[in-house]
Amino acid sequence: MTDDALVEVEDLEKYYFENDTLFDRLLGREPSAVRAVDGVSFDVQRGETLGLVGESGCGKSTTSETLLALREATGGSVRFDGDDVFEMTSRERTQFRQDAQIVFQDPFSSLDPRMTVGEIVTEGLRIHGLADSAERTARAKELLERVGLSARQVDRYPHEFSGGQRQRIGIARALALDPEFIVLDEPVSALDVSVQAQVLNLLEDLQDDFGLTYLFVAHDLSVVRHISDRVAVMYLGKVVETGPVDEIFEDPQHPYTQALLDSVPRASVEEYGRRGGTLEGDVPSPRNPPSGCRFHTRCPHAREACKRELPPDYDVGANHDAACFRTDDTHEYWQSAPLEHVDDGGGSSGGGVADDD
Amino acid sequence: MSRESPGERDVTPNAGRDSTRERDASPRAHRDTGHERDRLRVENLTTRFFTEEGQVNAVESVSFDVREDEILGIVGESGSGKSVTALSAIDLIESPGRVTDGEVWLREPDLAEEFRERTPDAVDGDFVDLRRLPKGVRRSLRGPKFSMIFQDPMSSFNPSLTVGEQIAEAVEVQRRASANPRSTRSRTQGYGLGKLIVDTLVPGREYTSDASRERAIELLEQVGIPDPVERADEYPHQFSGGMLQRAMVAQALAGEPDVLFADEPTTALDVTIQAQILDLLRDIQRDRGMSVVLITHDLGVIARMCDRVGVMYAGEVVERGSLADVFEQPTHPYTQGLLGSIPDVEDPAPRLQPIEGNVPNLVDSEMPDRCYFADRCPKAMEACLERPAERPVDGDPDHTARCVLADGEYDPATALPDDYFEEDPEATDAPAEGGAADD
Repeated sequence: MTDDALVEVEDLEKYYFENDTLFDRLLGREPSAVRAVDGVSFDVQRGETLGLVGESGCGKSTTSETLLALREATGGSVRFDGDDVFEMTSRERTQFRQDAQIVFQDPFSSLDPRMTVGEIVTEGLRIHGLADSAERTARAKELLERVGLSARQVDRYPHEFSGGQRQRIGIARALALDPEFIVLDEPVSALDVSVQAQVLNLLEDLQDDFGLTYLFVAHDLSVVRHISDRVAVMYLGKVVETGPVDEIFEDPQHPYTQALLDSVPRASVEEYGRRGGTLEGDVPSPRNPPSGCRFHTRCPHAREACKRELPPDYDVGANHDAACFRTDDTHEYWQSAPLEHVDDGGGSSGGGVADDD
Repeated sequence: MSRESPGERDVTPNAGRDSTRERDASPRAHRDTGHERDRLRVENLTTRFFTEEGQVNAVESVSFDVREDEILGIVGESGSGKSVTALSAIDLIESPGRVTDGEVWLREPDLAEEFRERTPDAVDGDFVDLRRLPKGVRRSLRGPKFSMIFQDPMSSFNPSLTVGEQIAEAVEVQRRASANPRSTRSRTQGYGLGKLIVDTLVPGREYTSDASRERAIELLEQVGIPDPVERADEYPHQFSGGMLQRAMVAQALAGEPDVLFADEPTTALDVTIQAQILDLLRDIQRDRGMSVVLITHDLGVIARMCDRVGVMYAGEVVERGSLADVFEQPTHPYTQGLLGSIPDVEDPAPRLQPIEGNVPNLVDSEMPDRCYFADRCPKAMEACLERPAERPVDGDPDHTARCVLADGEYDPATALPDDYFEEDPEATDAPAEGGAADD
């Protein structure tokens, strides 16, 4: 799109194979693929926050971990600052590990309970051989102060901290190596709302101070709206819509984005009595994803064409793409018949129509 | 279960966002109806946990009332005592916890008549105090009077029994309870190897009666589970999270309860599934004229569902009132802070206004003898160094706050300095258990 992309993800695929052991092969079983990430493309501009949203199981965390090469991709490419991450030499990979960091969702399981906070925060410095012990302690104190903790707490252990404080420790750890890019994988979803606001404000301050680029993975749309510059919406291993945050939230083009926004309960009196259940059924299994558009089993506008053909990304505005035939006025979609579950007027008997597995 | 047909919103891609903003009704005013519509009155309920680390004051003198045909919301952060309040009200607190004080008045004219002579203390008009009734009677009310649905459907079902069987069991318990209301024995079936073998050999044997099986299937159908006959014979792991939450609602409805406690019923679910379950809960509540107590940390869920709201902090109800009272005229600074710290999906504020500090832990020895929120409160004054009582906001008995600001003004002259509570840095650095949400 524009020139200043720090991270370019192209057709990224991550399949997990089942029935793929030697024993299975001897028995002649066909390996079956779980398509967790199935051809995802987006880029993250330098200095921006890209929000990656979707429901659980849509592959957003797998995408973020695969693009950092924490999981081995089964296809596609990721370029970081112009270099292909999957083709790097080990020296380049070492540098990449310093420049790109991650903050995990669960502040309880992502910190080693047997290490002091100071050791946790500066472990990266030790591994990369960038500082001796005294420098590391000094740097740890500096980082703790920066994320709103006290330098006195450097010798404490993680269990002595609350969830919000632990998440600050995780953020300090990510900052220790002066990265350019941080993946924030649901960094506030385990926190209470009052603490969540503190951490969001901290993340914004740090971005301004250090010129960081964020990939913010979350399922909470109001948090994503607050922190992101651009948003990518994922459904079942695919990105269905990307665009600037205001356009996505005010003028969503993909029916899934529309339904997702519709479901979010707003904290205001006008919300009272509103029905939000516009989408029926559950997310299908990525083991056996639906043909064509993956959303067609739940989409209120689905027609025969959606079942046959995978919609490409249509340009629906400046930097705004949506993978839906409805954005193409000339597509044969408009001539094809509506799918069975899209009934006009009758309404279904119950909430759940589609099945889970 | 009526729902808008998706086809109606087929006009423009964006129309869905506004056209679905249909409302069932506006928030109903309860002002003039007073107490005659009360179904449950909880007064000064106090629950303590006696742990090795010391006494934990999980629920501190909580009062609220639940009226007929309404949804009462209880909102608070994790560790604020909202779940324990519900469990205390229906007598499900287990050791080391104990309800140490308070009254739970249930409107139950028949029971009131029966106990009026025997235990006059336990009767007040049509109301009986559950805590003063014999244990057996209290237990017999669980099911036909109260029921509860829990946060995590995956861990609330027994993985080794089919979903239908577990709902049928609830049906059977109710059937026996209504046949012999005072007996609490032999309500539940025994499980063991013998039963497993017999069940495997004899088809249909796992159900105690055909009637309970049919009723279970009927309940599954009512909560919107497709193919209920087949699904009844499946195990919990074959259900998705949303479907299993529907099944739990079905189980809770087995006894046709008057009051349903729903403890974070949608927290473990995705937002589109959450919307389905909330719609279902509302439909069931309306159809049956049930009262629902909805416990959640999500202010959006409260706004969508609840007629009246109680806000909990550190084991206390700090503010309660109608939805409009609490959301549009929040009086307690904690309520204000909570509303200010959530990002709005429609209007992104440039900067969030978080509540500074952490949720206190509730160990008795560390609980100060002052307003529990004073150390985080931007409006703390000298008057806050005493424990505030629950008082009406501007004289309105239906809108109360446990705060001196309910009937007073903020006086900057007596404001506490910012570092007033920081004289003991070690204490403020101590871990606060409530830091993380329970999802």
